[in-house]
Amino acid sequence: MKILVAVKRVVDYNVKVRVQADHKAVELANVKMSINPFCEIAVEEAVRLKEKGIATEIVAVSIGSKGCQETLRTALGLGADRAIQIETEDGVDSLAVAKLLTEVAKTESPDLIILGKQAIDSDNNQTGQMLAALLDMPQATFASEVVIENGEAQVTREIDGGLQTLAISLPAVVTTDLRLNEPRFIKLPNIMKAKKKPLDVKTPEELGVSTASNVKVISVTPPAERQGGIKVGSVAELVEKLKNEAKVIA
Amino acid sequence: MSILIIAEHDNTNLKPATLNTLAAAAQIGGDIDLLVVGANCQSVAEQASKAQGVARILLADDAVYEYQLAENVSKLVVELSASYSHILAPATTTGKNMLPRVAALLDVAQLSDVIKVESADTFVRPIYAGNAIATVQSSDAIKVITIRATGFDPVAAEGGNAELVTLSQVIASDKSRFVGEELAVSDRPELTAANIIVSGGRGMGSGDNFKILDGVADKLGAAVGASRAAVDAGFVPNDLQVGQTGKTVAPDLYVAVGISGAIQHLAGMKDSKVIVAINKDEEAPIFQIADYGLVADLFEAVPELESAL
Ligand SMILES: Cc1cc2nc3c(=O)[nH]c(=O)nc-3n(C[C@H](O)[C@H](O)[C@H](O)COP(=O)(O)OP(=O)(O)OC[C@H]3O[C@@H](n4cnc5c(N)ncnc54)[C@H](O)[C@@H]3O)c2cc1C
Ligand SMILES: Nc1ncnc2c1ncn2[C@@H]1O[C@H](COP(=O)(O)O)[C@@H](O)[C@H]1O
Repeated sequence: MKILVAVKRVVDYNVKVRVQADHKAVELANVKMSINPFCEIAVEEAVRLKEKGIATEIVAVSIGSKGCQETLRTALGLGADRAIQIETEDGVDSLAVAKLLTEVAKTESPDLIILGKQAIDSDNNQTGQMLAALLDMPQATFASEVVIENGEAQVTREIDGGLQTLAISLPAVVTTDLRLNEPRFIKLPNIMKAKKKPLDVKTPEELGVSTASNVKVISVTPPAERQGGIKVGSVAELVEKLKNEAKVIA
Repeated sequence: MSILIIAEHDNTNLKPATLNTLAAAAQIGGDIDLLVVGANCQSVAEQASKAQGVARILLADDAVYEYQLAENVSKLVVELSASYSHILAPATTTGKNMLPRVAALLDVAQLSDVIKVESADTFVRPIYAGNAIATVQSSDAIKVITIRATGFDPVAAEGGNAELVTLSQVIASDKSRFVGEELAVSDRPELTAANIIVSGGRGMGSGDNFKILDGVADKLGAAVGASRAAVDAGFVPNDLQVGQTGKTVAPDLYVAVGISGAIQHLAGMKDSKVIVAINKDEEAPIFQIADYGLVADLFEAVPELESAL
């Protein structure tokens, strides 16, 4: 079984991003970039399926500027076999990403495609579902457990009300939630090995996809700052304030 | 302009997030149709028909729609889409699961988690866990949008009188099948609809300890929430997680107990009206946004709070 994994390079989750002074975008200069945490979980899941003897090959794909080769090396270090970068400017929208991944999937014919449920920069939570629709594949989003059996994936999903399990026929698209697995640390020898694994670079033109977007960013502003309040000295004072000052309890 | 909204429901009850989505649609302006897709969900259609501002209820009631699978529901929505300028769904796990498929099939972008309507084509949405707010303009012919409930006050659930239209399309989902579910049962209000929330974090220490929050929640008529760390540690189930990747809430009162205040957690609760933090570490970042901070050991403060209420 072949698995395709999509990995995005994003601002590291520990960074508190700042908005540019001109309110056109967030400040990305000299900011630490990392693999999107959900994508790291996606790669880890693929690697575990390979270690179990279920998967035979893992192909990692990233769409963006040259920097995302670093993200692909991370995926290769985790255990992906080869990588494809589709060279674009950064910030291509989810629909275009889904179209590019559709073309990759058509040539690679994977049995399973794993994506993160959401990129922590755009917070879109769309690409996997769009890709599944374009390929007319079934999907299981927000996965916290994946079991491959009899040509199907049984996937437990984290939904608002609790957990739901679906069986989807392969080929299919799965998107990861946080509790699917805990990604391993990459050992030094694997970093060295990753440098030697194949990394192809393609362009949207080669794939016949336009990355133009119909959505224009008008402005990016900082959120309303919440003013810190006061420290209370006791539970009694807290209750008094909530009753008489904030008036949120009776 | 005309707007199609996909109703959030469990085949029995219309979920409140639908009413917030209706409020967003009212700000866009135009006729509003509400699609109820499910099985044996006639009662939902009846409730929905009373919601303020709905012109028509479109009811697709068939066994194939029982679990509102994304594969067939998205195709149904696409079949209905031609006469609409906007298609909206609440940004719940159901809406987030299904609506991007609709957008892709229509070859348009989706705007996720919209918190404000500027005009019929311009919308505001948080990015980077709410650390930046983007205003975006779409030139797509059909605008496909998920609505974050906390951004809009709900329309009234009563007083409307929508016309009921029964749909006949039956679209099967042959590649995806429901196997089972484990839904949380609780007498407490739902997290996203509660006026007061008491949330616990890693500081609670264990699932058993977590139960000390119940006493406070009961006295306040509050819902119980949690940080990711508390869910990951197995203290409580996933449906309680508040944050960037969990639920977004904005109650009148949010009490954070043994929660440090990571940006990903704040993303889900910082629009609460009043925030209380109880934490033994006076340097915890949660205090920077709390209206009332109590530096204390939660195992003393929580029982004391329960008896003081
Ligand atoms: C991609 C991604 C998405 C994420 N999404 C979310 C999300 O949706 N929601 C979320 O919550 N997190 C999310 N996180 C995790 C987040 O970064 C934090 O790790 C998490 O919120 C920490 O939870 P916590 O505050 O309970 O634990 P900690 O940070 O460990 O804090 C525990 C707190 O309890 C206090 N404490 C301990 N004992 C006591 C005591 N006896 N009395 C009083 N106080 C005590 C400590 O002082 C400390 O401040 C996400 C992370 C990533 C990478
Ligand atoms: N530029 C990209 N390159 C590779 N994968 C991406 C890219 N953008 C999104 N994805 C994938 O889609 C998932 C969801 O992203 P989004 O829908 O943008 O929140 C991510 O976790 C990735 O797996």
